[in-house]
Amino acid sequence: MIYLEHYLFLAAIIFTIGVLGIFLNKKNVIIILMSIELILLSVNINLISFSVFLNDISGQIFAMLTLTVAAAEAAIGLAILVVFYRNLGSIEVNKINKLKG
Amino acid sequence: MYLYSITFYIFSLVAVLSALMVISARNPVHSVLFLILSFVNASGLFVLLGAEFLAMILVVVYVGAVAVLFLFVVMMLDINFVKLREGFLQYLPFGALLGIVLIIELGILFLTKSFSKNSLNKFVSSPQINEIENTKLIGQVLYTDYFYLFQISGLILLVAMIGSITLTLRDRGQVKRQNISSQNYIDANKAIEKKKVKLGEGI
Repeated sequence: MIYLEHYLFLAAIIFTIGVLGIFLNKKNVIIILMSIELILLSVNINLISFSVFLNDISGQIFAMLTLTVAAAEAAIGLAILVVFYRNLGSIEVNKINKLKG
Repeated sequence: MYLYSITFYIFSLVAVLSALMVISARNPVHSVLFLILSFVNASGLFVLLGAEFLAMILVVVYVGAVAVLFLFVVMMLDINFVKLREGFLQYLPFGALLGIVLIIELGILFLTKSFSKNSLNKFVSSPQINEIENTKLIGQVLYTDYFYLFQISGLILLVAMIGSITLTLRDRGQVKRQNISSQNYIDANKAIEKKKVKLGEGI
């Protein structure tokens, strides 16, 4: 029998994988953005499973808003990435230091 | 009920394994494709939970838009991805330690009795989910109770669209463009010159 805990633990595993992805791929911005998407997916799993097990539709609305914000974030992040690549010819994160004062 | 459990375990296993492949694949294109697999399996889990509308939205928005956007960007940029993977193994032991600590803490938090089915029911506020179908219920709540949030999310999308266009737009000097107003203001009398040409002679 599958209860809320199973879904929460699955979301925790995916969240951990996302954090680990940011940590391990320190140089590749694209993988970091994908890890952020994974983290947001785990948040969505949490919201929807709570919504279903609490019999409350609000969680699904919030999951939809999270989806919107994730799409906007991906678009802006990739646009910044493209501009950065155009200016420097590489996407290594540790070379992003042009904004330091 | 056995079928439900088996389906849950299959979907979640594939989702977790493909999420692992996302962060460890050598080729970023494979990474994006595994991300798509992970999202499709998560949407299968949402169908299993009874949130069909969110499952379809996840497939349409993530697989159809965001993942394809990632794929385009990965394919457009000419990057030496082997060089970017340097240091992956160097951080692996510490990262694995961090991940194990995080998963144990989250597991302790989530697997305690406080989230079991009996202790949750006191928080119910909105209408019961099982009475009407999922999409109809979301529509009923989204355009009434959460109307301002809905509008703000539209605004966020507009700002994101304008921002990404202005970021990536650039003026390339030598490209020839149409100038509509100068085309419209051409005077026909000045643009065409009439000349009388005598028979048998050129100009």
